[in-house]
Parts: sequence; C-alpha cells; structure tokens
Amino acid sequence: MSEELRELYQEVILDHNKSPRNYRAIDDANCRATGKNPLCGDSVVVYAKVEDGIIQDISFQGLGCAISKSSASLMTTELKGKTIDEAHDIFNTFHDMVTGDPSVEADADQLGKMVVFAGVREYPARVKCASLAWHTIEAALRDQKDPVSTE
Amino acid sequence: MTTLGPSLVSSDGRFTDSFDVDAVKAEFPVLSELVHGKPLHYLDNAATTQKPRIVIDTLRTYYEEYNANIHRAVHTLSEKATERYEAGRGKVRTFLNAASVKEIIFTRNATEGVNLVAQTYGRKNFKPEDEILITAMEHHANIVPWQMLCEQTGAVLKVVPISDEGELDFDAFTQMLSTRTKFVSVTHMSNALGTVNPIEKMIELAHSYGAPILIDAAQSAYHKKLDVQALDCDFLVFSGHKLYGPTGIGVLYGKEEILRTMPPYQGGGDMILSVTFEKTIYNDLPYKFEAGTPHIAGVIGLGAAIDFLNDLGLERVERYEAELLAYGTEALKAVPGLTIIGTAPVKASILSFVMDGVHPHDVGTLLDQYGVAVRTGHHCAQPVMDRFCIPATTRASLACYNTKADIDALVFGLKKVAEVFG
Repeated sequence: MSEELRELYQEVILDHNKSPRNYRAIDDANCRATGKNPLCGDSVVVYAKVEDGIIQDISFQGLGCAISKSSASLMTTELKGKTIDEAHDIFNTFHDMVTGDPSVEADADQLGKMVVFAGVREYPARVKCASLAWHTIEAALRDQKDPVSTE
Repeated sequence: MTTLGPSLVSSDGRFTDSFDVDAVKAEFPVLSELVHGKPLHYLDNAATTQKPRIVIDTLRTYYEEYNANIHRAVHTLSEKATERYEAGRGKVRTFLNAASVKEIIFTRNATEGVNLVAQTYGRKNFKPEDEILITAMEHHANIVPWQMLCEQTGAVLKVVPISDEGELDFDAFTQMLSTRTKFVSVTHMSNALGTVNPIEKMIELAHSYGAPILIDAAQSAYHKKLDVQALDCDFLVFSGHKLYGPTGIGVLYGKEEILRTMPPYQGGGDMILSVTFEKTIYNDLPYKFEAGTPHIAGVIGLGAAIDFLNDLGLERVERYEAELLAYGTEALKAVPGLTIIGTAPVKASILSFVMDGVHPHDVGTLLDQYGVAVRTGHHCAQPVMDRFCIPATTRASLACYNTKADIDALVFGLKKVAEVFG
C-alpha cells in the first residue's frame, strides 16, 4: 500500500473493521436512529441508552465499508459514558476534522482515537462514509424518527 | 472522418488479428494520463466512455469555426451549424437503421427519453388499472419515470423477476403479459449485471398483446449493432456519452406513426410552426419534441462518435469485447473470496462482483491507487442489489479500447485488496 493509502487505512481502522466493537442491538434503548448513504446504499442503525443525560450504553449494526464500520465502532467506544452535550461537542470536532483542510494537522488531544480518520480528508468521496454513524447518533440523541441521510 | 489506418477497417474474418486495440487506444488522449503515478486502466465504461480525438476535435472545430444557433438565421455560420446538426441526425438514423430522420428525437440523455415517452405517450393513453411491464434488472431511469406516471394516471407497474444468475425469467414475462398490459419498457442490457435480454422475442410477444415496447439501449448501443426496423421496437433510447460522444446529448427513437399521436413534451421555440395568444400550431416531427436551442455541439459531436464507431465496426467491437470479457471472467477466478454477480449465459462487457469481508468502496479506493478506475455502489439499480441481498458491488466494465493489460492490472489490485482486508 502507498503511504497515502496507509494514512487512510490505519491499523486501528482495519482492526475495528474486522472486529467491530459494540456491534449489537440494545433491547431497551431509548434512543435509536437509522442512517443511510443513498450514494452507496450503506445503512447503519445506532442504539443508545441514555439516563440522566449520560450515555450509559451505545451500539450499532449495519452494512458499510471499512471506513464507515470502523468509524461507527470507534464512535461507540468513544461516546460511552459521555453526556449528551459532550457527545455533541465530539461530533462537531470530528465533523470539522473530516471535512477540514488536509494541510492543517488534526488535534490529537481533542480527538483521541478518532484522529485516525484524519486521512479521510484526502478522499472527498469517503467523507460521508466516516461521518454516517456520527450524523445518525446526533439524530438518535435528538430522538428523531426519520431516517438520516448524508445527502 | 477518423484516420484509424487500414488495420482496423480490413474485413477479413480473423477478428483478433485485425482489431488493433493499441491503435484504437491511441485515439483516446485521456488514456495516456497517469493516476497516482500509474498508467490509467479505465474500467468504468458503463458509467461513461472516454472520448476519441475525432470527437474532441469536432467539438473544438464547431466552437472555433462555426458556432451559431440553428434553424433560425440566414447567415453563413447558422446555415453551416444547421447543416451539421441535421447531418448528425442523419448519422443517428443510419446508425439505428430508422426509416426516417423524423423518428430521431434529440434529448439530454437516455433518461430524458424514457421520461418523454412516459409523460407524453403514457399520460395521454394510460388509465387506472392499465399495466406497465418492466423487469427487475432495470436502471432507476427505467423505473422511476413509470412510477411517477402510475401516480399520475392510476396505472400499475408490474415487475418481471430475474433468476439467481441475473437472467430474465422469460416464462414469468410471458405469463405477466395480458390484455391489461398497455406498455412494456425493458433494458436491452443490464448496467449492473451485464445480462443481455432477448428483446427480439420480447418485442414480438408484447406486440401480440397490442402493447408498445420501449428498449433502453443505454448500455447496449456501444457494444451491439442495433436495427430498429428489424427489431420492430416502438421506442428506443440511448445516451451519447456512453457511445464515445459528449455528455448532455441523448437519442429517442420512436416509430413515426406513434410519435405523431403524442402531445409535445416541453413548449418553447423550435417546436412550433406559429404562435398567437389564441392558438399555437406545433411543428412537425422531429422538431415537435425539441423545444428551445438544443445541444448543437453535442449532436455534431455524437455524429463524429458514430463515424468513429462505424470505422471500427460494431460487430468487430462486440467480438473483441466478448473475448476480453471471457478473459476477465477467467482471470477473476484467481482472486480469493471473489464472487461474480451476474452470470447469465448471454451477457456482455460487465464484470460485477463482491469480495468476502470487503466492502466495494474499499475495493474502489484501493484499486484507484493502482490506476484502476472501477465503479462501486448500487449502480443506480438498487432493486438489483436487493434481489441479490447485497448493498453494492464493484463493477469493471469494458469498452473497445480496453486490453488484457487492464484486466491484469485489475486482478493485481484485487489481490492486494484481499491481502489488506483478508
């Protein structure tokens, strides 16, 4: 693989693609939303159990590429235990990173593990893959009923 | 005219000897581009084909030497533009072997052709409970216009199923036809699977129930020789940009006697004989369906693309591509975990496939690094993906300039994909 491609498909991403974390339904979830990317037909369902404004449990299921699956997987590990406000801030930071200027270095302190998705900025066609689960959890936490679309 | 040299136009029976693919390829400037420092292997032809030099030059000459509006002014440039535009129509007529240039309507693309027929013929003729028959392998362009029409008229859309190989269930087609069937609209060749439908028999059967039939030739027109009189289809559509021509230009063929009965599609200039606020008289065929200034350069460029294809000889292109498809089908067997989607006995030019544990988007991004351009996704045929219970496929699609080296590069890249994600 080229250096550029290794930036996109980092080991962490390949690992989460192969063994996605929290890949299950939550039977007593009180937040749930479906996200679809009409461009590629990908679809993700995210579940969250929120108590007193804190995300006690979070999971996902669905079909997608390595970028979208690993992004969803890492997102669940990142957001568990966070408040809704914190989750919202992380979403904004993540979103700014994947849609941002590739020449500006991503802030690893703020992004934690999610910084592995900084390489996506070089691949405009793949930004929606990385952000699908995030848009979906935003909708779930707002308790939206309509399916989310990245279009 | 093109200057492809005698090796391409000789008509001896030994096709592969006489088809000099390197000479063909040399006619396409973009094919010498590098992608990520690698030679381009363009295998996304079912989405759009590259343009030969003759088409590019023809477009440039039009804009540099005789750009003018047509069917209007008496000045020299306008007369020349009009003459070349109508010559383009003549070339399309010959290309399809239509009976008259009145039967050749220029549209933006194949999609607009289907919409035109649905909104003029369909809206005028369909009543509640009338049935429109399509197949389960249609492109969205041959589904959605009919769904819209059904909402408007109360007509009902019926879908003929396909087999696990991606072949039309012909028995089901026969059984679903009835006196309620008021229209049949089918693809000649599936863009997602490569399946070629037995349209000759389908046209005959549809007519035996009095139903007109539209052939979506978007995928077949650049692979197969078409003869609308021999086929006896009522309508046929294709897009110029898949036929080595410019984007933004398409063709609707319709039988003259049916086109005459159809109301206009859009109103405007060029489609009228006279306009007063009391009454407007519509123009004759084919202008009745061409409102406003058309894509003049597009038509002239399409004419050049047809000249190019005629020089190549579509029958010879078809045989060359069949050989390359067989080579590719065999070569893909060397890739671990790869399954071809669409294995109908009669198919052409398309290798659609899935790989164990790897999403097509990842396949596409990796292949791009090796200079291999493929399409990944649902190919505007989501019902086909649903039929095979998959979200998407990777699709390599062939054209006249592709070589075994392109297939080899594809297989090389796919083996890397299997290594990285396996």
